[in-house]
Amino acid sequence: MNLAQGIEGSNAALNIGIFAVFVVITLVIVFRVSRSSRTAVDYYAAGHSFTGAQNGIAISGDYMSAASFLGIAGSIAVAGYDGFLYSIGFLVAWLVALLLVAELLRNTGRYTMGDVLSFRMRQRQVRAASATSTLVVSFFYLLAQMAGAGGLVALLLGVTNKAGQAAVIAVVGAIMILYVIIGGMRGTTWVQIIKAAMLIIGAAVMFLWVLGKYGFNLSDLLGGAVERAGDAGEALLNPGGLYGATGTSKLDFVSLALALVFGTAGLPHILMRFYTVPSAKEARKSVVWAIWLIGIFYLFTLVLGYGAGALVGADVITAAPGGQNSAAPLLAYALGGTVLLGIIAAVAFATILAVVAGLTITASASFAHDIYANIIKKGAADDKAAEVRVARITALVIGALAIIGGIAANGQNIAFLVALAFAVAASANLPTILYSLFWKRFNTSGALWSIYGGLAICVILIVFSPAVSGGEKSMFPSVDFAWFPLANPGIVSIPAAFLLGYVGTVLSKERNEAKYAEMEVRSLTGAGAEKAVVH
Amino acid sequence: MSSTDQTPPPTPGVDWAEIQQSAEFRELRRRLRGWVFPMTVAFLVWYMLYVVMSSYAHDFMSTKLWGNINVALVFGLLQFVSTFLITGLYVRFTNRKIDPLADKIRHDIEGETSPVATDTEGGVR
Repeated sequence: MNLAQGIEGSNAALNIGIFAVFVVITLVIVFRVSRSSRTAVDYYAAGHSFTGAQNGIAISGDYMSAASFLGIAGSIAVAGYDGFLYSIGFLVAWLVALLLVAELLRNTGRYTMGDVLSFRMRQRQVRAASATSTLVVSFFYLLAQMAGAGGLVALLLGVTNKAGQAAVIAVVGAIMILYVIIGGMRGTTWVQIIKAAMLIIGAAVMFLWVLGKYGFNLSDLLGGAVERAGDAGEALLNPGGLYGATGTSKLDFVSLALALVFGTAGLPHILMRFYTVPSAKEARKSVVWAIWLIGIFYLFTLVLGYGAGALVGADVITAAPGGQNSAAPLLAYALGGTVLLGIIAAVAFATILAVVAGLTITASASFAHDIYANIIKKGAADDKAAEVRVARITALVIGALAIIGGIAANGQNIAFLVALAFAVAASANLPTILYSLFWKRFNTSGALWSIYGGLAICVILIVFSPAVSGGEKSMFPSVDFAWFPLANPGIVSIPAAFLLGYVGTVLSKERNEAKYAEMEVRSLTGAGAEKAVVH
Repeated sequence: MSSTDQTPPPTPGVDWAEIQQSAEFRELRRRLRGWVFPMTVAFLVWYMLYVVMSSYAHDFMSTKLWGNINVALVFGLLQFVSTFLITGLYVRFTNRKIDPLADKIRHDIEGETSPVATDTEGGVR
């Protein structure tokens, strides 16, 4: 086995073949469930009819993106311990969703975040704001996934020219659009469930295989990674590999950590999943399932990362096409040869496909439900079929934009784009959601200040950060207009958004305590919440 | 639904304010907030302690405990343990202290009026 050739051990036909089997199976399922996806509640929320366990698996499938699978394993393999820090932020964040958001949100909304805000505020304004931030967050996240698809193609199928990669991004996008338009939320959910099962089983096999090679002794595995890396080895075990260099980079990490822990419960495609179950209690069960699956998966990636460092070597990984992202596929090849590599490659594609489908349906629902039905049609769109038709057309448009954007963003840093989406979600969405659920005095003005203010501050700081200009790893390395020192704006933009929500509220005289009484009673008891649809 | 430009009125048929002021509901809210708010503060402090230590206390975090296992790794794994533990405690807490009371109040509300949201499409706004 010649590891120096690395990814050339990949058999493109086999990789595509396994992936094609996944696509065919999921498409058949999507077609079958599409028969019961005609109404708005079916299209947006799968009739509120999934069980907590099913939804929990789907949430984990929605959440564990290619960035967390390939990206985290790669970071750990190359930079060591600091890659693990991401996993912990991504996991602990779920406690915010579990304790503060999931159940209350399920009890007070129907399909979108805009539903919750408009419960006691001026609908048109807060729906427009919430749709804006939903579309921005989803689009950044979509770009990251689609750009990742391009890199993955180079890595796994041996397609190295940009035109060929663009063609594959277009194919991935087209399949995703099919899932969403035909299957709606029900079909998308099943795709995510299947993908989550594949990803977790695939990671578990590699986890056991790697540990088995070291007699199930974690310390020996770490020793193997240290030894393989030579002089730099010992540093792999200690924090500081990615963020330890300067005072600014240390603060940057704290900022990133805040965005991760507050971002998850503000991600629109995660919030929307809470509406696919019949009750708040099932929403709670979903999150519990998701926490266990996601936590176990991140423990797997820790071992996979150090395993790739030990068995493949950071030097080989960095030199391979795709760089760090190739750590997990290269490890699969080192363990199980071409076949395991083919399986892991297909899993990685399935991961991108499922996450992208979840994002697209969320963005299309927000546009069709918040903007079309409740702003353009002023809530008078009795013709629900028209709303679903608009949602499907929107999904097509967003899918097309994602393909074009993904081709344009091909080669950009995936982790950066994902961190951006988390920062925007943590700044624009979470403060607004928490105020809305827990603060009696909160009003339309406060919601608009926190959403638009959080969004604007976050995006402006990113534009003028070293992530965009003025550094070697910047999006535009040749120019320098950066004045904000941190790559992640969370440490400024999240407190600012909370503050703006407070100031905006107290500056407005609007109070709606009668409606808040209803909202509070319903959010805590589930009275009058949307029930499952029986077919 | 009336105009979408104004804040919505409460759904008629139920005196929401009266329920909100009832002893039962206030007890429900007190129990829930009394548990989730302190717990949220606790896990955020615990998480930020870990983050700050990972950023600013490299020497301590790099201390070897046994073999190649150092403080940083154990601290990181403890974040997993605490997350799983809090998840389990929350489920136990809500099953015992929240659900029975919330179900009772909900039944009282939905029993005394026509069900608030039974239609699948129009629904309650």
